[in-house]
Amino acid sequence: MFFDVSNLKHKEINDLIRGGGNDVTLSGCLGQRFIAAGMGDINLTIKGTPGNALGAYLNGAVITVEGNAQDAVGDTMNDGKIIIHGNIGDAAGYAMRGGKIFVKGNAGYRAGIHMKAYENKIPVMIIGGCTGSFLGEYQAGGRIIVLGLETKEKRIVGNFPCTGMHGGKMYLRGDCRGITFPDQVNVKEASADDINEIRDDIREFCALFGTEETELMSSPFTLITPDTKNPYKRMYVPN
Amino acid sequence: MKTEGQVRIPSGCAIAAVISRDGKRMSGEMITNAMKPMHDRSNGLGGGFAAYGIYNDYKDFYALHMFFDERATRKNCEQFLKERFEIVKSEIIPTRKISSITDEPIIWRYFVSPLKSVLASLQLDEKEFVARTVMKINTEMKGAYVFSSGKNMGAFKAVGFPEDVGVFYRLEEYYGYSWTAHGRYPTNTPGWWGGAHPFTLLDYSVVHNGEISSYDANRRHIEMFGYKCTLQTDTEVITYIMDYLLRVQSLTLKEAACVIAAPFWSTIETKGEKERDILTYLRTVFPGLLITGPFSIVLGFEGGLMALNDRLKLRSMVAGEKDDLVFIASEEAAIRVMEPDAQNIYSPAGGEPVIIKVKEGCF
Repeated sequence: MFFDVSNLKHKEINDLIRGGGNDVTLSGCLGQRFIAAGMGDINLTIKGTPGNALGAYLNGAVITVEGNAQDAVGDTMNDGKIIIHGNIGDAAGYAMRGGKIFVKGNAGYRAGIHMKAYENKIPVMIIGGCTGSFLGEYQAGGRIIVLGLETKEKRIVGNFPCTGMHGGKMYLRGDCRGITFPDQVNVKEASADDINEIRDDIREFCALFGTEETELMSSPFTLITPDTKNPYKRMYVPN
Repeated sequence: MKTEGQVRIPSGCAIAAVISRDGKRMSGEMITNAMKPMHDRSNGLGGGFAAYGIYNDYKDFYALHMFFDERATRKNCEQFLKERFEIVKSEIIPTRKISSITDEPIIWRYFVSPLKSVLASLQLDEKEFVARTVMKINTEMKGAYVFSSGKNMGAFKAVGFPEDVGVFYRLEEYYGYSWTAHGRYPTNTPGWWGGAHPFTLLDYSVVHNGEISSYDANRRHIEMFGYKCTLQTDTEVITYIMDYLLRVQSLTLKEAACVIAAPFWSTIETKGEKERDILTYLRTVFPGLLITGPFSIVLGFEGGLMALNDRLKLRSMVAGEKDDLVFIASEEAAIRVMEPDAQNIYSPAGGEPVIIKVKEGCF
């Protein structure tokens, strides 16, 4: 169903979505928070600018935003997909533990902060452009992939990526020259096996946004994983 | 009134700003509406606006906006002002009675010019004299508070939600080339009219979203130079720091940004020699004015704006533009209210100042 949600509050919008069947399109969205929070089993398209915490605790729904999204998209999401045809604000995928986030453009600060994984729950976030500082801060699991497409002179990530990383994997397209990583992570060129792990995710990204896959994959990727031989000892307390 | 600790209302402040690079004047209606989608970021304990270019007919006079608790205080204060200034106009600031704004103090404005004889005997320049007078009233005159003291600009603030404060002060009747706005969620002090943002001194105004953790270190440092922080609110200290760095120390805006949101030493090391020397110099000379903890601020001044995030970017801030207009807000939605087709929407990096100036001669 189709709803114009101009001037509606977030609770009213979520009530409309719940009663709107399997396919719902919203227009006139402007800053309302918590849209589709906790929802599963629904296909939602949003025109306009959804507010903070879009798809928080998402549990299986597929959300497509035809524009930019604000902060904390997919906060603690458990399952489902969030597809952003624009840029995304700070703290995207905050503590997500399942599902996938696809962003065509750039991400703000702290994308993927404290992502985590458990058994078959492996969250994935792919950013098409570049990201701000503190990418993957305290990452504990899952895959963060940054492609650096159409970023011109800009570096693929800001300062201090992987600060406090202790699990999961981060893939950055390119050789990452000039980027400083903390001592507690390993940085190496991704092997063919490593690339195979993300091939399906990349393919899905390319299909969603019409990106040319062959050209994208012709560039090397840098893989960052936590260095278990050099853990965070004596950082806060003598241990 | 319940104070902090007795009540918890989860939220976060909101800021917004718009400026015309061509100096075109806009009514306050647009910025008032911009605050609506960010309603949930405030809790009704403070909202306010700063407007530049609104007093063209009195542009050579300092516009003092004041709160008084009662008539006698106002009469006393006027006597005090008359001994120091020529008062060319004195009037009540027009407001609307609306149910969402209550318990207003007496709200007055004076257009004044310092008496030449007083300046000569004190050997002070005009701005320093006005700044000292503001400090004197705000610290010594119980029940009187100057909340705006610049030329051809004014702050308008109250306890309430910002969109209501705009209606209360009839901002649609003012036309300025630059506007800033704030919705408040006070974290450390109970909401009071004087404690709403913007905080101002002379033509500087600051709206701030955040909670700085270096407040007391900054306060002790800045009070060595004659400033008096009367409200225990962190934004007041930021305003005085900006006045000190820009007016007293004559730093550029970019340099001032590098003092309050100084890059980390590890980041400074990666810079070229010249830039490294400058950054090292600024951090060494002004260590007490480094502001730590989350903030996003918009500094308003005559002919321009500067937006700035803390160096860790612990608060959100977005910028965009359309033709001669530049927009800044805590959320993109606020920018889309002001201009649905805003272009080049982006989030400045932490510590990266966004400086917009009106073309010379257009304000």
